[in-house]
Amino acid sequence: MTDFFNEMYDAGKVREPYARLEDWTKAMPAELRHLKQAEAEALFRRIGITFAVYGEGGDPDRLIPFDMFPRVFTQFEWRRLEKGIKQRARALNAFLLDVYGRGEIVKAGKIPARLVYQNEAYERAVAGFTPPRGIYSHIVGIDIVRTGADEFFVLEDNCRTPSGVSYMLENREIMMRMFPNIFRENRIEPVDGYADALRRTLASVAPAKCDREPTLAILTPGHFNSAYYEHSFLADLMGVELVEGADLFVEGGFCWMRTTEGPKKLDVIYRRIDDAFLDPLCFRPDSMLGVPGLMDVYRSGGVTICSAPGAGVADDKAIYTYVPDMVRFYLGEEPLLNNVPTWKCAREDDCKYVLENLGDLVVKEVHGSGGYGMLVGPKSTKDQIETFRVKITENPDNYIAQPTLALSTTPTFVEEGIAPRHVDLRPYCLVGEKIELVPGGLTRVALKEGSLVVNSSQGGGVKDTWVLAE
Amino acid sequence: MILTINHVTTYRYDAPMRAAVQSLRLFPSRFDGQRSIRWDVTVEGGTRGGSFRDGAGDKVEGWSMRGPVAEVSIAVAGQVETIDMAGVLRGHREIVPPFAYLRETVATWIDDAIETLAQEAAAGADDALDRAHRLSAAVAGAIAYAPGVTHAHTTAAEALELGEGVCQDHAHALIACARALDLPARYVSGYLYARDDGEPHEASHAWAEIWVDGIGWIGFDAANGCCPDERYIRLGSGLDAREAAPIKGIAMGAGEEKLDVTVALDAIQQ
Repeated sequence: MTDFFNEMYDAGKVREPYARLEDWTKAMPAELRHLKQAEAEALFRRIGITFAVYGEGGDPDRLIPFDMFPRVFTQFEWRRLEKGIKQRARALNAFLLDVYGRGEIVKAGKIPARLVYQNEAYERAVAGFTPPRGIYSHIVGIDIVRTGADEFFVLEDNCRTPSGVSYMLENREIMMRMFPNIFRENRIEPVDGYADALRRTLASVAPAKCDREPTLAILTPGHFNSAYYEHSFLADLMGVELVEGADLFVEGGFCWMRTTEGPKKLDVIYRRIDDAFLDPLCFRPDSMLGVPGLMDVYRSGGVTICSAPGAGVADDKAIYTYVPDMVRFYLGEEPLLNNVPTWKCAREDDCKYVLENLGDLVVKEVHGSGGYGMLVGPKSTKDQIETFRVKITENPDNYIAQPTLALSTTPTFVEEGIAPRHVDLRPYCLVGEKIELVPGGLTRVALKEGSLVVNSSQGGGVKDTWVLAE
Repeated sequence: MILTINHVTTYRYDAPMRAAVQSLRLFPSRFDGQRSIRWDVTVEGGTRGGSFRDGAGDKVEGWSMRGPVAEVSIAVAGQVETIDMAGVLRGHREIVPPFAYLRETVATWIDDAIETLAQEAAAGADDALDRAHRLSAAVAGAIAYAPGVTHAHTTAAEALELGEGVCQDHAHALIACARALDLPARYVSGYLYARDDGEPHEASHAWAEIWVDGIGWIGFDAANGCCPDERYIRLGSGLDAREAAPIKGIAMGAGEEKLDVTVALDAIQQ
């Protein structure tokens, strides 16, 4: 384990951001810890925050495990991350506006045309349309891993509808309820401004036709969706309606919400359903979740959809490798946050290297998410590796590979006491009239000893994430 | 040629529907080969929604109807002046690059038979334009015109296996063949004035466009073995028939739908 950067202990000494936490843990005997853990679980249950785990069967309302040991950043560390995240969010949006417009980055030969225009996530239906303020991705979730005191890498971008922000907010809420003392002893930046910031962001991209305080709503696929809790939670916090497709209709070039007082014009939809289900007239004709005619209203400027349909072309894993080029091309800056080195199996040389080094690499599907369909070479059996060898050989375009990153660890409460476990970070960057980032994010932790997969669908847990005030 | 069109599409429901919504791509394209003199689209009893020109240059307009809806009647009345451009879509403004038309769809899926047909037809061709012409001729030879054999959801591969079909099948097969050779291709819907050959034809028509570097988009009507000329009115395009459909609509409710179409297309001046 000596190879991994431990965020609390460096060469046996406690690193500055964790200084006050050592006493806190020492003062907590095992019985109290178990008690607190049970209390936390009861609180989460009562709130109703659960996360369905796809493909594993069992309890769909399983709680995502919460680890009480916070993950801490100094103000200095955070400022650096913040700059890099905002820079990346700007570049991703510039890319989207470009590829649905003149496609300068493709013409300049920086990104192959095939990767953009033949990408399944490229929506011809929105080409030529400029959404309000030219923004496609209003909530950018950027997954970041740390490998050293000053080394951060972006693992992937989420430009469509990144989920998990409710955990960021609830984790903090619960920590403050259970351990008010440590919030007095540490000066921690608040995260509860997120809902206001999200509301401001959405309101700032109302269509030009909207001449009053914009009406906002969250569009959910319904309570069967694994993130339904989050949809209702955010609607509640922002004080906006939570609607399903059947609650909306189009007429006269606008989108209307059925209410008990009659139809109400809707200006901005924060949708938590995929493009394919938004409008059966434009996308999947069999979709019952969306609103027929919504895309015509959107394209003629009657309503804003966040994130914009088509935003997914920017967070595709094959496009990911070009994000540093986007930063240089559109912003004329050097990227502040680096990508993880990535081999594209679509390229013959890369594919050869990948096949020769499968045992050391992490292989991912280009369109996969949630930690499904991936191979972690060093943790896999020979059979698993051979299965992937066949898959990659049959369809190389579908795979990318990355080195097994030495993810940093933070102390985590485990059965035996406290032990280092690997973590990542997903901050939520809001892009509207301003680019905003609340100081914090969702820290996911791989609870299994030695595991590097932090996805909640693969047995990962979550932690409260602190940014210390100066 | 000046073409006059009266086109009425009526959907009747055996039980009243709660509401209906349409997305219409029923407007003549703007390019050097045609000019709209007048053009009116109305949905009887409907409310006109927003309209816009999409990235492929097509004008799209939304309509909606509040229930109870017993029928939806969409009327097009217009007059267009056309000239023969030998199929070349010159002067057409669009932003979607040809690359985006290499994507396969269910209707234009490339199976082994299509791949073989394309490869054999194109063998020995001089250039992309020659390849496109040969593909069009090969598709015309492989699928005989026979109404009633295929249906709206027949794929290119299925039509080729049957060896029979209508203009939609010819267009799908040609698109699939072109994409098999990495030539961007798309489906075009429109009207064809074809009374003078003495045979009865549906005036609503469809054909394919193939992108040829250096020239641009060129129309190929494999069903009639020619390139679109002054007898054609171009409306809109898409990856396949579903995407390019002039009328997309949905009616909410339990009623069964019955479709009735009348098209009158006349040339008033030659």
